[in-house]
This record gives sequence, structure tokens and C-alpha cells, in this order.
Amino acid sequence: MKAADLRTPLSGPDSVPHQARLLKLWEGPGGLAGFLGSVDHKQIGGRYIVTAFIFLILGGLEALLMRLQLAGPDRTLLTPEQYDELFSTHGMTMIFLYASPVLSGFSNYLWPLLLGSRDMAFPRLNAFGYWVYLASGMFLYAGFLTGHGTNDGWFNYVPYASQPYNPGLNEDFYSLGMVFLGISTTVGAANFIVTAFRTRAPGMSLDRLPILVWGTLTASVANLIVVPAVSLAFLMLWLDRQFGTQFFNTAGGGQPLLWQHLFWIFGHPWVYAIVLPAMGMVSDGLPVFCRRPLVGYSLVAISTVATMILGFGVWVHHMFATGLPGLGLSFFSAASIAITLPSAVAVFAWLATIRLGKPVITTAFLFFSSMILLFVIGGVSGFMTASVPVDWQLTDTYFIVAHIHYVLVGINVFPVVGAIYFWFPKMRGRFLDEKLGRWNFWIMFIGFNLAFLPMHLTGLMGMPRRVYTYGPNMGWTTLNLITSVGSFVFAVGVVLLVVNVVKCWSKGKTASSNPWDAPTLEWSVSSPPPPYNFAVIPTVASRHPLWEDRLGSAPRSSLDQGLLLDVGKETIGTTAVDAEPDMILEMPEDSYAPVLATLGIAGVFTGMILKEWPLTALAAVVLAVALLWWLWPRRELREREPAHG
Amino acid sequence: MSLSTPLGYLDAAGTRADAIVSLTWYMLIVSIAVCVIIGWLLLRGYREVRGNGGAAETRAVAVAEGPDGSRWIRNGLLLSGIPLLVALVWTMVTLAAVSGPPPHPAVTLDVTGHQWWWEVTYVGAQPEDSFTTANEIHIPVGARVLVRLHGGDVIHSFWVPKLSGKTDMIPGQTNFGWLQANAAGIYAGQCSEYCGMQHAHMMLQVVAQSPEDFASWRDHQLQAATAPDTPAAQRGAQLVEYRCGLCHQIRGTHAGAHSGPDLSHFASRHTIGAGLLPNTPGTLAAWIENAHNLKPGNLMPNQQLTGDDLSDVLAYLELQR
Amino acid sequence: MAEQAMAAARELPVGPIGRRGVGWWGVGTLVASEAALFAYLLFAYFYYGATAGTNWVLEPRPNLGVALPNTLLLLASSVVAWWGERGVLYGRRPQALLGFGLAAIMGCIFALVQVHEWHTKPFTFGTSSFGSLYFLTTGLHEAHVVVGILILLFIFIWTALDYFSPRRRLSVSAGVLYWHFVDAVWLCVFSTYYLSPYLGFGT
Repeated sequence: MKAADLRTPLSGPDSVPHQARLLKLWEGPGGLAGFLGSVDHKQIGGRYIVTAFIFLILGGLEALLMRLQLAGPDRTLLTPEQYDELFSTHGMTMIFLYASPVLSGFSNYLWPLLLGSRDMAFPRLNAFGYWVYLASGMFLYAGFLTGHGTNDGWFNYVPYASQPYNPGLNEDFYSLGMVFLGISTTVGAANFIVTAFRTRAPGMSLDRLPILVWGTLTASVANLIVVPAVSLAFLMLWLDRQFGTQFFNTAGGGQPLLWQHLFWIFGHPWVYAIVLPAMGMVSDGLPVFCRRPLVGYSLVAISTVATMILGFGVWVHHMFATGLPGLGLSFFSAASIAITLPSAVAVFAWLATIRLGKPVITTAFLFFSSMILLFVIGGVSGFMTASVPVDWQLTDTYFIVAHIHYVLVGINVFPVVGAIYFWFPKMRGRFLDEKLGRWNFWIMFIGFNLAFLPMHLTGLMGMPRRVYTYGPNMGWTTLNLITSVGSFVFAVGVVLLVVNVVKCWSKGKTASSNPWDAPTLEWSVSSPPPPYNFAVIPTVASRHPLWEDRLGSAPRSSLDQGLLLDVGKETIGTTAVDAEPDMILEMPEDSYAPVLATLGIAGVFTGMILKEWPLTALAAVVLAVALLWWLWPRRELREREPAHG
Repeated sequence: MSLSTPLGYLDAAGTRADAIVSLTWYMLIVSIAVCVIIGWLLLRGYREVRGNGGAAETRAVAVAEGPDGSRWIRNGLLLSGIPLLVALVWTMVTLAAVSGPPPHPAVTLDVTGHQWWWEVTYVGAQPEDSFTTANEIHIPVGARVLVRLHGGDVIHSFWVPKLSGKTDMIPGQTNFGWLQANAAGIYAGQCSEYCGMQHAHMMLQVVAQSPEDFASWRDHQLQAATAPDTPAAQRGAQLVEYRCGLCHQIRGTHAGAHSGPDLSHFASRHTIGAGLLPNTPGTLAAWIENAHNLKPGNLMPNQQLTGDDLSDVLAYLELQR
Repeated sequence: MAEQAMAAARELPVGPIGRRGVGWWGVGTLVASEAALFAYLLFAYFYYGATAGTNWVLEPRPNLGVALPNTLLLLASSVVAWWGERGVLYGRRPQALLGFGLAAIMGCIFALVQVHEWHTKPFTFGTSSFGSLYFLTTGLHEAHVVVGILILLFIFIWTALDYFSPRRRLSVSAGVLYWHFVDAVWLCVFSTYYLSPYLGFGT
């Protein structure tokens, strides 16, 4: 037994010299070197959020162009090819490059702070996930900007995506880019899962997790299992297109419907993956402004998991019109109707929290609470399409376009904007302007509903989706004009958000460590948090450590006294269920291996799209070297015996 | 603004679509009611606000445990469960009524989706009773028509909202749909699975007529092409056989190719280019000269015909009623 | 002032000891995701087979003469790698080196025989969806075998450099876990492509 192997970590009170020691251990270098090498979850999370917002704005501009084209009948602003690339790129951008990464960003930033840890379980993997997301997003947009944007919609059905009908590089960029992006999603999911189970503060048992953690954890488990389905489908498509395999070619025994199965086995759980964490934000944020704990915590946590479990079994509801046998349809129809119930649990929990609490209106509260209504509208339209015969009329009309936007804007964008108002003071130490925030909210809310509420009617009146124009005698003219006007109003709201952030980035009113008097651990550290997050590792005794003085808890959580862990760059590893201290985790220093590995992968994919195999081979070597550098057992991480070698 | 648009289905006119309308209204009313109730509860919540402002106003309100509130969730679930259960049962009943091909159809059609038009074959008892047309389906009122759906190239979807919901047309498999119109009329249809550049302009018409009118229409379609009766039409016939015949068929002539729509009795159809234009001599001339500009991406090349040739071709085609 | 919760002060391992480390969980999640990938490949096999009707399988009686011994070889390499891991566990370095080296060599033989097996097939990846899926599935597996061999190779090198001890050996355990996964997946692929046709599926 060697001294270095076991240690009883010292506990004690927080102190200034202690913080100075930690700062020296945890603060990374600044400048470009720090930027490329940083493994700090707060930096990485912030980058995810900013990058995702850039994609949101790009996707929004694409949408506005489309709304100009559709503002009236027979308009010729866009050619059919341009329109098709725009709607496909819009979907790809919003669903893959905005909605999921922005939540990864918040979770990355917030998780260690919510969990009482000093970083994620795998900080270098975390950096790698971000770089791969950025590189794959640039890869996908390289196609769009060189005139090879994807043009078959985000779900990209074959055979239209196959080579004979789509000979350009458009679908090759999309196929390879999606396999590329899948790497980021997968490693991110793995990191969240291990972080949730192994790096919580002592005492934070599973029944004390914030709902945001439940949401992202559930989404991550789903992503881990379903992303390979879509990566496989896109790989098959690329092989069909470039190497003459027969996966989807009927003449060679292929099956176009296999694409749809693989895509939706992934696609439906994915939709939940991009709303459950956002619902978690509401479940955690709303109670702060209702001045009471969330009603029905356990039920909400269980319903989060139940939604995903049911979510694995409803993918066929995207395929009701494909001629599947009636018995199968009945099963998937029933499952799709049943999935309404766990969502209802969350809705009633939020409503009860407001009604039984003492609500205070702030901008964040307005975004969080209005989301309840938008969620219900998106939910009931989903309920309508869960009924097979009704879906046979509604599917592929603008009713579905309205539904998907109520789901994705209502349950993702609104909570995310609320989360920005709520957590910006933590991230920057400054408030966003509340007055501008009110304008921001009302313009977004009115614009959104003006654009998308009438769209349900457009769908009921038969307008098919993905048409680049429509005739003047179809009866959709007025509704489309209203939608176009609404979309521009909504865009003004988004601009106001950007203005507010820019204005308050370094000039906003300063915020204390717990400006909203909120209950969870992230509010126990300074705003913005120090590089090491927690000077002493807290010990948690309830779901709301910062409200215990008012709500009571025996014993109390310990926040200013705890494990010091200032010998090295360390945090505490705990057991999966009860969060008992289990080991001392040695955390890695900044590393260039993630960014180098990403360059390698980017080179591999670039070689593949150009069919420059030497480039692919060379880049693969770079990747291998980077991984070896990364995984080489290190003394300082105790990955090898210090006395040996 | 009225709900009764060409592609709206809430004013259904066919057995299969009718069965869905009442279920749709039920779900729509339940949905709206849910939104109104939730919105009302939310507004009631807003009325109880204790503060309005920012962080200071939030901190000013004391935190308290408050009532448990889980009965809200319990009651909410119970209340939502009932309409859900009704929807589920109603769905199953409706599904049983409208799915599956009818056992003894009066007419059987093979419809194949192409980029971007519809090939329609009427299947007769004998091969000589079969014929092919495009983009326009005639059916007898009150009779069940079996529609066998095929994907010719990419996936399309067959949808005539007032008569029936959608069924996809997928390469490599045959799907079944059926139509039964309960009133005479012309019903619009539209491809409803994105199929490429001109997905927007892949429309069709279903003409429901009395059984007698349908029988005479069908007999007429079975007849061969009308012979040209003027010198202009004779010259036109030669041009049509020689040029149009590379892609199109006109039964009873040398034009016998199948890559484009069958043009037999073309002049009797209501539209050109799968619903793009009304079928008049003027639009037909424009289409022949400029098909590519009028419907970008479609496979029909612009025909550079001189003025005389064009009027000869029109003279012949207008005979094919 | 109410009593404060405080984690009991006791001796804790510093860094990964044995399998107890987040790295072990990390490889576990990776393996779960990879297993899902192969599950979808097999799903595709049964989906094609079920929807295409008869004669979808191009080789109704696949030749087991090479494939079966090769499968047994790969499974045996898992046992050998496990035995090598025991070498690290009990501080017997020669046993560990022999185990990892032998397992890597057995993996190489498996991979080469698999290339030979591809050449004997009467179909190519472009013949039909069956051919495409056979080559994609076995090809992706082959890629995993190659990665596994590289991992074994580096475990071998690191062991030779005397990096590990019975307590500090997470890299070894994680690497060997990956190798077990590669072998277990092959058993599923083998059963699907080489055994299920004998039971009449898709033929």
C-alpha cells in the first residue's frame, strides 16, 4: 500500500489562502493557447451556447427568406432549387445545430455547478465534443455555401436522396456531416451519463437531482442508444450514392422504408432529447419565481424518464401513411396517445406550482410560464396526429409544420431564452435589462403566435408542406401573409434578445452570487463562478440547499465547510445512487489533444467528400496520434504506477 | 375566408374522408378546450402575482413550502385520461372502417407516381379493356374504387382530401387506397410527400360522375386516336408522332413511348402539367414551347417549333378529345 | 443552527484504482453505443429478410469450414486477453505480456482470415442488399477488430514499459473490456449470417 494510493481528504472551512491555492491549480492560461486547450466546462458550455445561437440566427434568416417567398401566391423570389435547399438547411440547422447543442451548452455550463462538482467527469472529452460540433457544423454549412446544401428536408427520405435523383454533392455533405456530428452527440451523451452518476456532491442522492439533470440525463441515455441508428442510415446512404451498394435501391433488393425506420428510431427520441432538458429548465426555474419548491418533484422526474421510455416506441407514428399493416398502426397509435400522459404530469405540476405559489413576474418567469401554454398547444396538435386516420389527412400539411414549431420553439426556444435571463447573472455576474426583456418577451410571444397559430388552420385547409409556391385560388393567401408578418415580428424579438445580451455583456447591473434567491447549488458560488467552481465540496442534505433556512431540513446541507481537495486538480467521485464519497478524482490539465483529434476527423471527412483518399489516410494518422497522446497513461492522473516505468 | 378550400377535408364528400371528419372535430374541440382551460388556469395564476420587476422584487417575496399540490397532478391526469381514452377507442373504430382495400371494388386503378405527374391505368377484365391516362381520374359516384399505388421513381403520396387521406407511393411495394365519392364533382388531389423540385406542382383531379357518364367516358377513352381531318392536322399528326412520340403514347398512332404521360384523348383533360395550367389551346402552345420555364426541372424539353409547326401540332392535339 | 450534514471522513482511493474510475464507466458507455450500432445492423438484416420474402439470403448454406474455426479463435483470444489481465492483476508481468501479445496475434489472424473469407464469397457489396449488408456489417466489425488490436498492442507496450501495477491498471481493464465486446459482437454477427440461414431465415 503506497501513500499516494489512499488519502483521507481534509475537510475544513473555506478561506482566502485556500482559494488562492485552488485558483493556481485550476486557472488555465488566457489567450489563444487557453482558448484551444481549455477543458473548463464553463468555457466549453459558453461556447456551445454562443455557437448554437449563431446557427439559430442563420436558420432564422433562412426561414425569413422562405416566408418572403410564401407571403403571397406564385411569388418568384426564390427558385425551386433555392427554396428546397433553404427549407432543408433550415431544418438541419435548427434541429441538429441549434436545438440540441444549445441545451448541451447549458447543461455543460450548469451541471457541475448544480451537482456540486468542479468539472465534468471527462473534461477533455467535453472539449472534444464541442470542437467536433463546431467542425461538423462548418462542414455541413460548407456544403450549403458552395451550392451543395442538403435539399431533401431534414429527414431526407430515399430514394429522392439517392444518387440517380440527386446527383450533386448535396446529399453527400449531409450524409457525411451527420455521421460527423453524431460523434459529438455520442461523446457528449457519454460524458453527461458518467458525470451524473459519478461526480455528484456527497449527499446528492438521485432523489435530490435538479430536474434539468434528470432531463439531460434521460436525453443522453437516449442519444447514446439512438444516434448510431441515424449514423448508420447516413453511412448506408453515402455508400449507396458513391460505391454502388444496394441498401435503398429496390432494383437491388433494397428497401426505401428501412431508411424511414432507422431515421425515426433515432428521430423521435431525438425530439424528446431536445425538449426534456428544456422542460427541466422550466421545472427548476419556475419555482424560483413562484417562491416555493416544484409541486410533485418525484412525479415530474419519473414522467421525464417515462416520456423517453414511451418515446422509444412511437417512431412509426411518422410512418402512418406508408402502408404498414393495421395492427401495427393501432399499437403505435395507442402508444402515441399514451405519451400525452407523462407530459400532462409536467404541465399540471407547473400550473400547480404557479397557483400554489406566490408568483413574481420577471422576464424569465414570463418565458418559463408562457412555455406551458405553448407546450400544451404543441402537445394537443401532437395528440391529434397520434390518431392514425386523422394523421392520414394531417400529415405532411402545414398543420405538422405548426405542430413542430410549437414543440421546438415553444418547448426549446422559449425556455432557453428564459434560461438566458435566469442564468446570465450567474454566467456573467451581470443582469440583463428587465425592461428590454419585457419588450423582448412580448414581441417574441406575439410574433410567434401570430406566425404559427394560424398555420394550424392553413394545414386544416390542406396546404402541403415543402411546396415552394401555391396558387392564388387555393384559399391560403391571407393565412400565409399573416404567418409571414408574424415571422418577421418574431425575428424582431430575437434581435432584441441579442441587443440585450450585447448591451449588458459588460455593462449590465452587477449581480450577487444568489440574485434571485434561488435554492440550488450553482447560486452558492460567486457570479461568475471561479474556475474551480466550489472552494469546498458541499455536502447536500436536501433538494433545495439554499432554502433550508426557510423550508427546514435536518440535518442541513453544508456549503461553507467541506472537502478542501487542494493538493492537486481534484474533485470528488461518489457512488452512483447514494452519492457517498467513493474516490478522489484527478482532473486533467488543459490539452490540445481534443482539438488535434478534431482536426484529424475533419480531415478524414473532407478527404471522403473530395474522394482524396491520401488526405483521409493522413488525417487518420493525425487522429490516431492525437488519441494516443490523449490516452497515454499519465502519472499525474494516476493512470499508471508512479514508481514504475 | 372559408374552411372550404380545394384541398380542405373538413367538408368531405367521400365515404372514407367522411369517417375521419367527425373524429377530427372531436379531437380538435378537445384540443381547443384543453388549451383554453390551461390558458385560463395560467391567467388565474398571473392574477395572484406578488411582484412584478426583477431580482429585487423576486427576493422580496418570502419563500415558503406551500401546499403539497400533488392532487393537481392526480386530478389533471384523471381529467386528461378520459378524453384520451375516448380518442383511442374512436381512433380504432375509425381505423377499422377506413383501412384495408374494399373486397369487391367496382373499378380498379393502378396509379403510379412520377416526378411530377400521375400515371393512371384503368384495369379492365380483359387486357383490351385496360387503358392508361394521366393526372385525371374519373370515378362513378357511389361506387368503391380500389386504387393500387406504386412509386415510379421516388416516394410520392396520393391524397384527395375530400375523398380520402394520404397513402404513400413507395418504389418496390404496392400500397392500397380506396375512393368513394358520394356526390358528383371535381375533387382536387395533391402529392403530399416531398418528391423534389416540382412537388408543389404535382396535382391531380378526381372527376366523380354519374355511373352512366362514367361508362360513356370509359368507352370513349378506350377508342383509338381521332384521325386528322385537315391538312394542318395531318402535318401536325406527323410532327406529334415524330417528336412527341419519343416520350409519349397516343394509342392508335405510332407515338408509343411511355416515359411521359399518355396523351390519348389529351384534349378532354382539364389541366396541363399535372394541374399547373388549364388546358386551352393558348396554354398548350405555351407549354409545348416553354415547358421547362413554366415548370422548372420537369423532363419535357422546350420544343423549338416554328409558328406553322406549332399551330399544326395544336390542330392535331385539339382533335384528341 | 441545525446540525450540518457532513460526509464521513475516511480514506479514499486517489485516482483510478483497479476498475474503480470514471474511465471504466466511460468505456462502458462507449461499448453500449457501439453495441447499439450492431443491433441496428442486425435489425436491418432481419428487416430485409422479413420484407423481401424468400431468396434474399444469397448464401443459404454458408460454408462454416473457415468461419467457425475463425470464430472460435476470436473467442479464445478473449480468454487469452483475460488471462493477460490476470497477469497484471497478480503482478506477473511475463504472463501479462504473453497474454496481450498472443491475443493481439490471434486478433490479427482472425482479421486476415476474415479478409480471405471476403474473397471466397460468391457475391460483392454491389450484388444486392444482402451483399451490401454482409460487407458493411463484417467490414464495420473488422474495423473494430483493428482498433481492438491497436489497443491490445498499446496495452502490451505499456505493460512492457512497466506502467501498471495490480492497483493502477485502469487502461488494461478498459482495453480488455473493449476486446471482449468486439468478440461478443462477432458472436452475434456470426450467428446471424452463418447460422440463421440454416434455420431457414430468408432462404
